[in-house]
Amino acid sequence: MQAKKRYLILLSAGACLILLFCLGGIQVPLSRRGPSRPHDRRLSGYGPGARCDDLTEHISPRQKRDANSGLYTGKRCRMESCFDFSLCERNGFKVYVYPQQKGEKLSESYQNILSSIEGSRFYTSDPGQACLFVLSLDTLDRDQLSPQYVHNLKAKIQSLPLWNGGKNHIIFNLYSGTWPDYTEDLGFDIGLAMLAKASISTENFRPDFDVSIPLFSKDHPRTGGEKGYLKYNTIPPYRKYMLVFKGKRYLTGIGSDTRNALYHIHNSEDVVLLTTCKHGKDWQKHKDARCNKDNAEYDKYDYREMLYNSTFCLVPRGRRLGSFRFLEALQAACVPVMLSNGWELPFSEIIDWNRAAVIGDERLLLQIPSTVHSIHQDKILSLRQQTQFLWEAYFNSVEKIVLTTLEIIQDRVLLHTSRSNLMWNSLPGGLFTLPQYSTSLRDFPFYYAELGIKPPSKFTAIIHVVTPLVSQSQPVMKLLVAVAKSQYCAQVIVLWNCEKPLPAKHRWPATSVPVTVIEGESKVISSRFLPYNTIPTDAVLSLDEDTVLSTTEVDFAFTVWQSFPDRIVGYPARSHFWDSNKERWGYTSKWTNDYSMVLTGAAIYHKYYHDLYTTYLPASLKIMVDQMSNCEDILMNFLVSLVTKLPPIKVTQKKQYKETMMGQSSRASRWADPDHFAQRQTCMNKFASWFGAMPLVHSQMRLDPVLFKDQVSILRKKYRDIERL
Amino acid sequence: MYTSGKYSSRGPALIPRMKTKHRIYYITLFSVVLLGLIATGMFQFWPHSIESTADWTLDKRSVHDAPLIRLPVSSPIPERGDLSCRMHTCFDVYRCGYNPKNRIKVYIYPLQRFVDELGVPISSTGLSREYNDLLSAISDSDFYTDDVTRACLFIPSIDVLNQNSLRIRETAQALAMLPRWDKGMNHLLFNMLPGGPPDYNTALDVPRDRALLAGGGFSTWTYRQGYDVSIPVYSPLSADVDLPERQPGPRHYFILSSQTAIHREYRAELERLKEENGEALLLLDKCSNLSQGAASARKRCYKGQVYDYPQILQARWFWEAYFSSMKAIGLTTLQIINDRIYPYAARTYEQWNNPPVVKWSSVNSPLFLPLIPPRAPGFTAVVLTYDRVESLFRVITEISKVPSLAKLLVVWNNQNKSPPEETLWPKISVPLKVVRTKENKLSNRFFPYDEIETEAVLAIDDDIIMLTSDELQFGYEVWREFPDRLVGYPGRLHLWDHEMGKWKYESEWTNEVSMVLTGAAFYHKYFNYLYTYKMPGDIKNWVDAHMNCEDIAMNFLVANITGKAPIKVTPRKKFKCPECTAIDGLSLDQTHMVERSECINKFASVFGTMPLKVVEHRADPVLYKDDFPEKLKSFPNIGSL
Repeated sequence: MQAKKRYLILLSAGACLILLFCLGGIQVPLSRRGPSRPHDRRLSGYGPGARCDDLTEHISPRQKRDANSGLYTGKRCRMESCFDFSLCERNGFKVYVYPQQKGEKLSESYQNILSSIEGSRFYTSDPGQACLFVLSLDTLDRDQLSPQYVHNLKAKIQSLPLWNGGKNHIIFNLYSGTWPDYTEDLGFDIGLAMLAKASISTENFRPDFDVSIPLFSKDHPRTGGEKGYLKYNTIPPYRKYMLVFKGKRYLTGIGSDTRNALYHIHNSEDVVLLTTCKHGKDWQKHKDARCNKDNAEYDKYDYREMLYNSTFCLVPRGRRLGSFRFLEALQAACVPVMLSNGWELPFSEIIDWNRAAVIGDERLLLQIPSTVHSIHQDKILSLRQQTQFLWEAYFNSVEKIVLTTLEIIQDRVLLHTSRSNLMWNSLPGGLFTLPQYSTSLRDFPFYYAELGIKPPSKFTAIIHVVTPLVSQSQPVMKLLVAVAKSQYCAQVIVLWNCEKPLPAKHRWPATSVPVTVIEGESKVISSRFLPYNTIPTDAVLSLDEDTVLSTTEVDFAFTVWQSFPDRIVGYPARSHFWDSNKERWGYTSKWTNDYSMVLTGAAIYHKYYHDLYTTYLPASLKIMVDQMSNCEDILMNFLVSLVTKLPPIKVTQKKQYKETMMGQSSRASRWADPDHFAQRQTCMNKFASWFGAMPLVHSQMRLDPVLFKDQVSILRKKYRDIERL
Repeated sequence: MYTSGKYSSRGPALIPRMKTKHRIYYITLFSVVLLGLIATGMFQFWPHSIESTADWTLDKRSVHDAPLIRLPVSSPIPERGDLSCRMHTCFDVYRCGYNPKNRIKVYIYPLQRFVDELGVPISSTGLSREYNDLLSAISDSDFYTDDVTRACLFIPSIDVLNQNSLRIRETAQALAMLPRWDKGMNHLLFNMLPGGPPDYNTALDVPRDRALLAGGGFSTWTYRQGYDVSIPVYSPLSADVDLPERQPGPRHYFILSSQTAIHREYRAELERLKEENGEALLLLDKCSNLSQGAASARKRCYKGQVYDYPQILQARWFWEAYFSSMKAIGLTTLQIINDRIYPYAARTYEQWNNPPVVKWSSVNSPLFLPLIPPRAPGFTAVVLTYDRVESLFRVITEISKVPSLAKLLVVWNNQNKSPPEETLWPKISVPLKVVRTKENKLSNRFFPYDEIETEAVLAIDDDIIMLTSDELQFGYEVWREFPDRLVGYPGRLHLWDHEMGKWKYESEWTNEVSMVLTGAAFYHKYFNYLYTYKMPGDIKNWVDAHMNCEDIAMNFLVANITGKAPIKVTPRKKFKCPECTAIDGLSLDQTHMVERSECINKFASVFGTMPLKVVEHRADPVLYKDDFPEKLKSFPNIGSL
C-alpha cells in the first residue's frame, strides 16, 4: 500500500514535470550560454559622432572651473578645487608647522606628530615657503567627553592669520563624535583643509584629498618602532587557531551589531571569538541574556597568546570603524580579517590591502569561517609576510605614519613623479624609494627580479682624494690604474677634496677608460656620496685614495655585487656590539667572527644610495659627519641596512687594504689617530638614536671565489691573483 | 536545479524495496521523464527556438520583433542616483552568495521595445551595435546565467550608451518596469556618453535609483568610489583598424593631440606649445575641406594636411587587453565588480597590469620578507636510506654532534627490509624518527613530513660522513642568512654545449656554480611542499622512473621561483666515502653523467626556460684561512679533507 502511494505521488510529479518542460515554463540550464548570433550589421552605432558639436560656443573650461569653485568645497573638496598647487611650485613640497601658542596643551600623540614633521626633510619654518600647513592646535581627540578635548577650537582656528579658509592645511584626527552615535563630525568647520583621519568612512572620505590614517595609541613610539612579530615562515603556515577576536561588546550606543553576532561562529576550537560586556560603570544595568556566558568564556583566554598563535585575526568595527585590533594584528603577523563595512582602510590610496588582509563583509559574517578556510596556504604565507612589510614600512612609529601621509600628498602634488603601486607595495616600501630619483623601476636596486631583468654589467669607480699629488708612485696612482683595468669598469671619477688646486690633466695616468676629475663641493666628506650626474652607471665602486686593490679583486667583488645589487659589497669589514657595561653601542675593527659593516673605502653599491644618503638623511647627521670628516662610511652602512634589513657582504680574504697599515705611508693617516676611533664610537650611538633603533645586522660569512685555496692547480683558478696577495 | 542527475541518483535507493510490478511502472516513468528531458534539451539547442523571444539577443527577425511594451504616463520614475551609494549600502551581497569559484552570476534581461502611450520609442536608436556586442560578449562569458533567481547582477537590455539618443524620463520609467528592478539594486548600466548641453553632466542623467553605473567620462564628483566603474569611451572606428606592432623606442611625434572640438582656450594653449616645441607636437583637428561622410570621421587635419586617424596611434598591451572592443570593456567591468564582491580572490595589481612578457620573466619569491630566522629552533636532518645501515649509523653519529641539530629523520626507503631494531640505533641527544615509505622513490626525500617541525631542513645522503660538525653548523648559519636559497656543499654547473646545441652537466673543478647537490644541503621546508605538490609537468615522475636527478629538479624548482642562485659553502671536498669503491658512488658512473645532462635538458624544456643562475662565489667563515689563533675562530675545522 505504501509503495503504491509513493508510486502515485512520483507519477503525478513526473507528469507535472513533463508538462512543465513541454510548456517551456522551466528553462533547463543545458545551454549555459546565450546562443551566439551573427553580427547584425543592420544595427546602428551608438553614435559617438553625434557629440562632435562645436563646443567652442559653450562656456570655456576655465570659466567653468571658476564657476564651480564655490560648488566643490567642503564635503566635495578635491585637490583641484580646494588646494592651491602654486604654493608648492616655488619651493617644492615644504611643510610649515604653526608655532605653539602659550597655554595651549598638546597631547603626547600630537606632540609626536609635530616633532616628526619638524624633524623631516619637508619641514620649513618659513610660512612663505610652505606648501602645506599643520596646526599646532591639538585636533586628535574630538570626543567631547574626552579629557583631551580642546574647547573653542573653532574660534582659535579662525583667528589664525594664515588659515586662509583652511586652504593647503592638513588636520590630523584620531577620534570624532561621541556616545551614542559617534559621528565623524569634528565639531568645527575645517573649511578647505584636508583631513588625515582615523576610522574615516567611504561616505565622508574625499578621494585623493583626505588621507585615512590608522588609529594608534598614545604609547605608539615616535620613532624607530617595534619590529614585526614574525620570525619564521613555518610550513604548513597554519597556527594553533584559525581565527580569533577578543574585545568589548557594547550594550548601548552604536557599533556592536557585528560583535553581538560573533558567538554564532565561535566554536572554542579553531575559531575563538570572545566578547565581554564588562566595561563602563553600569554595564550590569544593561546586560543581556548572553553577557554572563560570554564574560566567562572571555576570561578563559589570554589575548596575547591568541594574537600570536592565530592565522587570522578578526577586526570588527567598534564604536568607530577602525579599532586598535587592526595594528595589533598587523604587527603580530596575524592576517587581519576586516569586518567594518564602509571603512576607508588606512592609506588606502597607496596600499593594496588585498595583499595583506582579508576584506570581509559584515553582512556575510556567517560565511567568514568558510572564507578563511578556503584561502590557500601559499596565499596565507604571502599575506602574512606582507603584514610584516607594511607594519615596518608605514605603521610602526608615529613618524612613519606622518611621513607616509606627507609622501602621499607629495605624490599628488608632484603627480608626474609619483610612486608606482609596486614601489608602495613591495620592499623596501615608498618611504625608501624616492621618485625624484627616477620614475622608472629599473633605475632602483630593488626590482630586478620583479622586472625580470639583470643587474647592470658596468660600474663607475669614485676615488676620494684628500692629499695632493706628489709622485707617480703614490698609492692613488696604482689604484687608479688597477681599477681602470677591470673589464667591468666604465669610468673613473676622481673626487678632488684636497685643499690644493687640481693637478694638470697629464699628471693622471693614461687609462683605457675615461677619467674625470670633479672638484668636491666645499671639500666636505659627504660630497663623496653626492648624486653626481656624471656617474654613468648604476653601480658605484667607492674607494679611498690609500686603498690597495688589484684588478682581480675588483672584478671578483663586482661579480658578487651583481648577485646582491641592493647591498654594500666590499672588502674592509667592521662590526658593532652592545657594550653592556657602558650601556651603549660599540664599534670594533678587530678581527672577529662576524661583521655588520663594509666600509666604503673599497666597496660596491648601487648609485641610488647616493641619492638616498643626500635626500633621506637629516642635515644634522650629515653636518656632524662633515665636521668630523669621519663616520660617513658608518652612516652609509646604517642607511643601507635600514633599507634592506640585511647585512652587507664581505668578499674574500683581505686584511690589509690600507697602505698605512703596511707602514709605507709617509703622512699621518686619519686611521692611525686615536681620536678618530673614539669619534666612531660616538657616531654609532648618535646614528642609532636618530634611527630610533640599531639597523645593522651581523653576518658570519664572507664570499670567496669558488676554488679559493682549494687543492687544485692554480692555473684552473679564474681569480688566482687573489690567493697570491 | 532540475537536473536529470539528481533523479537517477535517487532511483537505485528505492528500487530494492519494491515489488517487480512496481519496478516496471517506475522504469516506464523514468523513461518518460528521460525522453521529456532529451526532448527539452533538443528544443533548447535548436536554433531560433521559441524561447529566444524571451532572450535578449537578436535573431533573424531583428530587433523590431522584440515584444513591445507601452509605458503609461503615470508609470513610476526611479529616484536620481544616490551619490552616497557604496557596495555595502546599495548593493545586495546576499544575492551573490558564497560560491567556491568566487564568481558572480550575471543575468541579462530579455530584449523589449519600450514606447510611450503614443507609441513613440524611448530611444531614437534602439539597441545599438555596440550594446549588442557587449551583451553578446557577456552572455558568452562565464559570468552569464539565464536563471534570474541565481543572478547576482542584472543587466537591462535597454541601451543607454549614449544619453543624447534617449528620452530621459521614459527611459527611467522603462528601467523601473523591469521585473527585478527593486530600486535598482544590483543592476548595472553601461553608459559612454553622459550629459547633454549646456552643462554636460559627467554621469548619466537618467534617474536610476541604486543601479551601478559603468560610465565613460566620470568626474571625481560624480563617480562613487568603489561602487561605479569608470570605463573608456569606445570608438567604433577602432574595430576595423589593424594597428602595426611597434618596438619601444623614440617615435616621430612626441605628443599628439587628435581630439576635435577642443575649446578655443585649450587650443590656443596647445598652439603655443606647438610654437615652442615644433615638430615634436602634432595637433590635429577636424578636416574642414573634406566632403561629409563616414570616411571623414577617420580623417584628421593639420594646416591642410590630411592624416589617417587612428593609424598614427600605436598598439599597446593595455589597449588590447581592456579597451579594444566592447567585449573587452564589458568583461573588464564585470571582473572589477567581481573583485569587489570577492576581494580575497581578487586579481592582483600585477595580474591586471603586467603584460605577459613581464609576467613570464618576473620572479616573485614566495619567501620575500628579509628574515634572518633565529638560531634556536635549529634544523631537522633528513637522511634518505635504503640498506646501508652501517654507513647510515656513522652519518647519524657525525650529524648528532652539530650543535643546532634539532631532530633526525630517517626516511627508510626499503620496503623489503625492516629498519634495525630500536636498541641497535646510535644513542643521540636529539629525537630520532624513522619514517617507512610505501615505495622506493627518490621523491620521498623531499616529502614535507609533519615530523619536520623546523623551517630548516638538512637533506643528507646516508654516505656523507666527511662533513665536519663545524662545516655543518656553518652551513646552517649561512642558510639563516639566505633562508630562501639552497645552501649546500658539493657544487655543480650546467654548461651550454655549442657542438651538441644542448645543455651539459659539469661536475669537474669549475670556477662557477649553478647547483648544489642535495646529498648535503640546507633548505627551507617550503621547498619540500613545492617539490611534492607544485613541481611542473612530469618531472617528479621522470625522477622516480630514472632514480636520478631529484637534486637537479630541486635546484631548478628553487631557482625558478626565487630567481636566485644557490649558495655553495666551504671548500671542495672529496665527496666519496673512503670505504666505498669507485663504482659504488653513483655519481662516478659515466652513463649516470649522461643521464644527468639529459635531466637538465628535459627540465629546461618543461620549465620553458633555463632558470639556473651561475655565480662565481662560495661562502666561507669570515676568518677562514686567516692568520689568526684557531681556537678563537667560530668554525676552525673547515676544509679538512
